[in-house]
Amino acid sequence: MQNFLFRRGRVIDPARGIDQVADVLVVDGRLMDIQPDLKIGMDWLANVHQFDMDGKWIVPGMLDMHVHLREPGEEYKETIASGTRAAVAGGYAGVACMPNTKPVNDTAAVTQFILEKARQEAACHVFPVAAISRGLQGEHLTEFGELRESGAVAVTDDGRPVMNSLLMRRALEYARIFDLLVISHAEDLALAEGGLMNEGPISTLLGLRGIPNAAEDAMVARDILLAELTGGRLHIAHVSTAGSVRLVRDAKKRGVPVTAETAPHYFTLTDSELLSFDAVFKVNPPLRSAEDRESVREGLADGTIDVIATDHAPHSLLEKDTEFEYAASGMIGLESALPLVLELVRCGVLDASKAISKVTCNPSKILGVPMGTLNPGKAVTLTVIDPKVDYILDCKSFESKSRNCPFHGRQVQGRVELTLVEGKIAYSRS
Amino acid sequence: MRRKSGHWSPLLTGTPQIGRATNPFLNSNQFMVYRYDFENFGYTHKGKLMPFKRKDLLGIRDLEAHEIEHILDLAFSLKEINTRPIKKVPTLRGKTVVHLFYEPSTRTRTSFDVAAKRLSADTYSITASTSSMVKGETTLDTLKNLEAMKPDIFVIRHSASGTPHRLAQRTSASVINAGDGMHEHPSQALLDMMTIREHKGRIKGLTVLILGDIAHSRVARSNIWGLSRMGAKVVVCGPTTLIPMGIEQMGVVVSYRLEDVIAAADVIMVLRLQTERMQQMLLPSLREYAVCYGLNAQRLESAKRDVLVMHPGPINRGVEISPEVADGPRSVILDQVTNGVAVRMALLYLLGQRYEAGPEN
Ligand SMILES: [Zn+2]
Repeated sequence: MQNFLFRRGRVIDPARGIDQVADVLVVDGRLMDIQPDLKIGMDWLANVHQFDMDGKWIVPGMLDMHVHLREPGEEYKETIASGTRAAVAGGYAGVACMPNTKPVNDTAAVTQFILEKARQEAACHVFPVAAISRGLQGEHLTEFGELRESGAVAVTDDGRPVMNSLLMRRALEYARIFDLLVISHAEDLALAEGGLMNEGPISTLLGLRGIPNAAEDAMVARDILLAELTGGRLHIAHVSTAGSVRLVRDAKKRGVPVTAETAPHYFTLTDSELLSFDAVFKVNPPLRSAEDRESVREGLADGTIDVIATDHAPHSLLEKDTEFEYAASGMIGLESALPLVLELVRCGVLDASKAISKVTCNPSKILGVPMGTLNPGKAVTLTVIDPKVDYILDCKSFESKSRNCPFHGRQVQGRVELTLVEGKIAYSRS
Repeated sequence: MRRKSGHWSPLLTGTPQIGRATNPFLNSNQFMVYRYDFENFGYTHKGKLMPFKRKDLLGIRDLEAHEIEHILDLAFSLKEINTRPIKKVPTLRGKTVVHLFYEPSTRTRTSFDVAAKRLSADTYSITASTSSMVKGETTLDTLKNLEAMKPDIFVIRHSASGTPHRLAQRTSASVINAGDGMHEHPSQALLDMMTIREHKGRIKGLTVLILGDIAHSRVARSNIWGLSRMGAKVVVCGPTTLIPMGIEQMGVVVSYRLEDVIAAADVIMVLRLQTERMQQMLLPSLREYAVCYGLNAQRLESAKRDVLVMHPGPINRGVEISPEVADGPRSVILDQVTNGVAVRMALLYLLGQRYEAGPEN
């Protein structure tokens, strides 16, 4: 029975400017009506699951546009099945998966494999992002046309930057033919060489080689100039510095086709976490200074940063429980992101509607995928959030195969109650 | 905190509790007396007995001034053993010390080994080439395997910063950090402070100039923490490319010109310059470095007459320091080596005895 009636929920659908308490009726998996005090006949009620929302939030199914699902190739860290189970548990009804798998998603065959696997096993939508260059080698463009045809929604060499400026120019130019988004992992490898954490007083104190902000800023500046030159659609992944925020803000003012995302760890944590030498805090780009964190929050508040994505990057103990220097970079994020987004609402950085837009309609629009709003008549994809509940994040209860969560043990507020994907219950907490 | 007497009494037998440091630079009416309270196993701080309670010795940054004082007092007391015809006491008999070295170091390992053997501990050395690390076993595996053999103290050196700290959380044995990456080298800083105190009679109020490659130096970091905690003023000097960002926040004064700061120094600590800094585009040439920052006799003329010249070794003669300065009358480089054994005996003693005191400590 896929008939649901959600009573007195706070419906937040930023794409349609809705933020009000209302009843939501779903019949046969389709969204029938959103109205305050919806009247339904007694004969109907018997066939409907009723949920008393009591102020809980009902939002469009969330979309995470930056996820590493690790399949194919590193299934011991995560699979399409486990990663999407983690996604729906975190409130996400869709994820865009990065191409740095083994083999790299640089051909139609790999894109099709991911989509086929997803059709069979995924708990939510999976949108493959293909590589910009063959094998992520930064030398030859991949076949954007065929990749787009097979279902890729964007291209990126994420995990590493496109160091060759000419190749990046060509990628932005060529992507225009197929209206593909080009996602930039902005990092100057020469400036970042050997770096293990943010360069600053803490790296000096710890004797860990630093990565300067300029390693990110310089590449953000370059890619903005190339987007301006070519008219290609550019998206800056995981913005971590004050400089990047400033550059993107100025570029948007000039009308450059650029968008940007950041991740919960960049607006929540700083490099002082590294004082423990715990490799769970090792990530690329690195956790930055308190001033950078403040700038990232300002960027979120004024709309410079359009999207909150997790950069969910699962690693096993093998990669993480080792010397800090040798440990892999990356954190999981799918199952901890929502309460951290709600923290931004609680401390007044974002209002609820803006916060929800950064995990729903904004990423959907940027990727060009049909999600992000509650469309009456269509199969419903939504997330129910209890914004009030207090609890301690426990990564041992996560659906993800990996445990590299820097927020483990953190006192948080707000939790996902239910995730509906295309009319079906993909996750229910109870 | 009064402890059972007994197991360490052999150390006390025939051992004066007062060590006397003689120093040609001191006036004859000045001599220093260091007293360590073996009976109560601790250092008296402001009239209160402060026992040394740590499981591990990982860095100087963690230490309080009275703890540093405590270690140095004990080291001065133990130093006397090294001048006896039979340089051995049974204090750590039956204790096992494992030297786990993931980075080549003859000096530090030998110094720790001599220290442990003079306290009658059994010692075993595992170096990266002989360890199973090369066969894909992780450092943690190695530690766990060694721990199963019930050692009392691990002396760990590793090229990756923070490794002894992480390992210490995973073993019930004591861990002494013998140098981790560019982070800390606590026993070196302690022996440096001991040498300064031996020659100057104090640390408080002195100006200590640390010269050279600060960015890559764990010796510099440990000394900055220790010396400032003991009340010295620390000045770091070197080329801009070798002074790390934000070092001022560690409480030091920064200078890029040796001639500006040399006159004020009571102590000059010269750091080793690794030749690979050239490949990393940090310096144009060794020659230019020697010209701008090398400590030579001519430069030393503008320093105080009683300035101490120190170097953690091994020395690149003619690069960071000229031979006539390294071997000259102001150099205390060999005293540093001698004091290294005493300081490491003190550390092994404190952590070894802690173990005797039971796990509640
Ligand atoms: Zn990336």
